[in-house]
Amino acid sequence: MTVFIIRRVMQSILVLFVMSLLVFVGVYAIGNPVEIFVAADADQAERARVIAALGLDKPLWEQYLLFIRNAVMGDLGKSFVFNQPALGLILQRMPATLELAFTAMVIALALGIPLGMYAGFRPQSRIAKAIMAGSILGFSLPTFWVGLMLIMVFAVELGWLPSTGRGATAEVFGIETSLATWDGLSHVLLPALNLALFKLSLVIRLTRAGMRENMLMDYVKFARAKGLTMRRVVFVHVLKNIMIPIVTVVGLELGSVIAFAVVTETVFAWPGMGKLIIDSINNLDRPVIVAYMLITVTMFIVINLVVDVLYSVLDPRVRLADMKG
Amino acid sequence: MSTAPTLVVEDLKTWFYTKAGVVKAVDGVSFRAEAGKIVGLVGESGSGKTVTGFSIIGLVDPPGRIEGGRILFKGRNLVGLTEEELRKLRGSRIAMIFQDPMMTLNPVLRIETQMVEAVRAHVDVSEAEARRRARDALGQVGIPSPEERLKAYPHQFSGGMRQRVAIAIALINKPDLIIADEPTTALDVTIQAQILFEVQKLCRQTGTALIWITHDLSVVASLADEVCVMYAGKIVEQGTVDDVLDRPAHPYTHGLMCSVPSANRRGAPLRQIPGVMPSLLDLPSGCSFRPRCSRADGACLEPPPMAPVGPGRLARCFHPLHGEGV
Repeated sequence: MTVFIIRRVMQSILVLFVMSLLVFVGVYAIGNPVEIFVAADADQAERARVIAALGLDKPLWEQYLLFIRNAVMGDLGKSFVFNQPALGLILQRMPATLELAFTAMVIALALGIPLGMYAGFRPQSRIAKAIMAGSILGFSLPTFWVGLMLIMVFAVELGWLPSTGRGATAEVFGIETSLATWDGLSHVLLPALNLALFKLSLVIRLTRAGMRENMLMDYVKFARAKGLTMRRVVFVHVLKNIMIPIVTVVGLELGSVIAFAVVTETVFAWPGMGKLIIDSINNLDRPVIVAYMLITVTMFIVINLVVDVLYSVLDPRVRLADMKG
Repeated sequence: MSTAPTLVVEDLKTWFYTKAGVVKAVDGVSFRAEAGKIVGLVGESGSGKTVTGFSIIGLVDPPGRIEGGRILFKGRNLVGLTEEELRKLRGSRIAMIFQDPMMTLNPVLRIETQMVEAVRAHVDVSEAEARRRARDALGQVGIPSPEERLKAYPHQFSGGMRQRVAIAIALINKPDLIIADEPTTALDVTIQAQILFEVQKLCRQTGTALIWITHDLSVVASLADEVCVMYAGKIVEQGTVDDVLDRPAHPYTHGLMCSVPSANRRGAPLRQIPGVMPSLLDLPSGCSFRPRCSRADGACLEPPPMAPVGPGRLARCFHPLHGEGV
């Protein structure tokens, strides 16, 4: 287990290194941020001063080495736009995105697993067919359109929930979160639902497939022959088996929910990381883009590691020591 | 009540309603199983022997349905009982062992969990008491150091050991009837012999009636007291093991006996039964075995009834053999 984790950390560092190089070169290739920051009527001396201040006068390889040297010490550079540390800028907006993503994931699982189990348990029933038809809609409707519809129905027509922004926050265990106040909750509900819809459909389909496959297994018949109630067979024997693929997929999807909450955040004017990265790309604010990418990749790596560990908890046949990283 | 047989099956019909038509998987099966005795249910794949077992324990899944007949378990008819009434019998009074020990235990639950839940589904005992019973049951089927093995997962056992665990689970509530569906088919021969010996001993000791479903006549010969031979959903011959296997009356049983390899015919090709078993959707009229039978004639176009062919034995044939031997 320890060897497994150490090997994983080494691999992760390599991945982060390669990633930073790619993004660095990539942003350099897109365009010159100086054109955006320096006023069109600035003279040559003013131009040179700005370029030097941003550190853009040095050759690219030297800029990169400087970045790496600072990054090792935890400094990912200052935003060209805000003139604040890029890392701080992102971390400041991170809780908003995280709470949106986690709420979405909780909705997807809390609704998706029961619905999927029912659809798999009684596949011929009308309700099951309705659930499956609904999941096709969840897959195919574009996120931004569903977001607009949610705003129109629940905020504009019915007036039940606020349409945009993040509500009041309160501090729980030192973290500012809107999940702790009613106003905050009412604000997070619509965007979270919007973000959850696609994952919800995915969880329903996965659970249903697992359910149908497992209900035909001999171990189910044997468990029933022992005289167990159907409830115990389904919720203990079958559920534990179908959780294995669900944990894998949901773990990987959690990363993508966080990283690609951009559309939902834009529609609902949610002050999260997604909105920041879009603005930064428009301004060619390289330090923020690089820092955002590094944070996102780190998040994916950590989530994957957690999934692998969870795997060994759920499935006794998997032993981490045997896994090849 | 004490003299009544543990199980009497009368004219059992279990049909499956498929898109292609009604499959009469079990079509008028009658037999009985007595306490402490072993009944062998023999037949080819698809002859309806497994469906008979599932019908008795009430685990026929749709589109299958028990269409008629009675299953009298200690005098009580099981056909038409509610799911909850059947559940209370399953695993406590009637237990079942399945063919493939690799598939019957849940791979993600400890042996302990799977045994304790079997006890506590039926009797209101503490976790510790249920665990003690589980340990004793494992010891009873010859699993070394049962206390430690309780903590293990199924994949940590060999095939033979897993089947012992499954048998221990079947025995744990001291049932009156055990239905064993080819439990030794997936095991190698030495393990098979050990398990047969132990199961036989346990049944005799506890007075449990045992229905042993198999296609292996040598297993039946060494294990069972009575034997029922099934063909295309019907029992075609029944009687004591010695009678039926030594002097088969039905041509099908005779054919089966001839196709068993044995030492005294070394070198000679095996005599097979010509043809294959007909599809249950498209049975020939009259006797189902007619197209494959060398003794068939015009009379066989009518369905033959089950008729006595000797003391305590029946055969479904107009032209039974009379002690020709094999």
